[in-house]
Amino acid sequence: MPYIPLEAHLPGITGLLEYSPESGEPIRELTQVLLRGPSTLTEGERELIATAVSHRNACRFCTTAHTAIADVLFGEHETSAKVKENIMTAPVSGKMKALLTIALQVAESGKSVTAGSIQRAKDEGAIDVEIHDTVLIASLFCLYNRYVDGLATVTPNNPDFYEGMANRLKEHGYVRLEEGYDHLKGQHIE
Amino acid sequence: MPYIDLEEGVPGIRSLALYRPETGEHLYNLARVLLRGASTLSEGERELIGAYVSYRNNCVFCANSHAAAARCLYGDNEQLVDEVLRDMNAAHISDKLKALLNIAGKVQILGKEVKPEDVAAARAQGATDREIHDTVLIAATFSMFNRYVDGLATFTPTDDEAYAEMGKRMVEKNYQMPVKES
Repeated sequence: MPYIPLEAHLPGITGLLEYSPESGEPIRELTQVLLRGPSTLTEGERELIATAVSHRNACRFCTTAHTAIADVLFGEHETSAKVKENIMTAPVSGKMKALLTIALQVAESGKSVTAGSIQRAKDEGAIDVEIHDTVLIASLFCLYNRYVDGLATVTPNNPDFYEGMANRLKEHGYVRLEEGYDHLKGQHIE
Repeated sequence: MPYIDLEEGVPGIRSLALYRPETGEHLYNLARVLLRGASTLSEGERELIGAYVSYRNNCVFCANSHAAAARCLYGDNEQLVDEVLRDMNAAHISDKLKALLNIAGKVQILGKEVKPEDVAAARAQGATDREIHDTVLIAATFSMFNRYVDGLATFTPTDDEAYAEMGKRMVEKNYQMPVKES
């Protein structure tokens, strides 16, 4: 039960972004640039950063949602599952291991990012803007995770909900749907 | 020494917004909506929440700059800012603001730390849904800014005078996106 009145058909983050559209807009735009804008990191790689941080912050809604999106983008379930288990043994590039390591340090605290972990990412071929975006994506999910859980939003258990959300995000990105979200009324949430 | 190639001598979030204006624009818009937009919480109270969360995250740049902005806004009562940072519960502020700062402190730790009794305590002091929402989102937003600023080891000035100037600018300019000086 959320701490404030939110639309029942919009669990998790969507209800919050619709509750406060003035703040929702810059949050959505920022997410769109970071996760879908031009980048030398793939959309899947960026979703893995979001997934790993949300998992580290024990935010079940964000973890499940971004796992579903990563799985849709990768076309399999293994990569996201292994990243959540152990970055170092996950089937991702050396560069991604180094960037995910930085992301988890960010989740702990900005001060936890070490010169050594940055150097390792650079040694693995990461460029400045990739390091920048990794730190900002990780920081942004520290916002999302706290926003979603801090107001006790509803976390659906139904996997169909997350699959629907993942397909919607793959097709439309993170900007607000032009037609709004009324068509989701009556969707099965449990 | 910043971890990436940022403009020398430009501090904290400003250096990052100049580095990547595509993201900086939205970050400044978010700060402006939350800290300067229409609200039943005063601008001073909202800056105070930002400073309080930043202080707890040991983000020297954000804590000092937002404390300076809050001092400007509190004017003759500027000592309240330091009271809150020293010991929020002993500060001469309203019980409602204490209850909201308590929620912000929980958010700083992790979203799940905010318990129904924390929210009930704020409501008992007259806090509205909107004020509770805004408190959680401001605290969550500073949890982002603090990590972004420190995670890339941005330049952090050490003299009080620099922050006093910054605070004044934050109150006068209301989070306009910085532009590169040519």
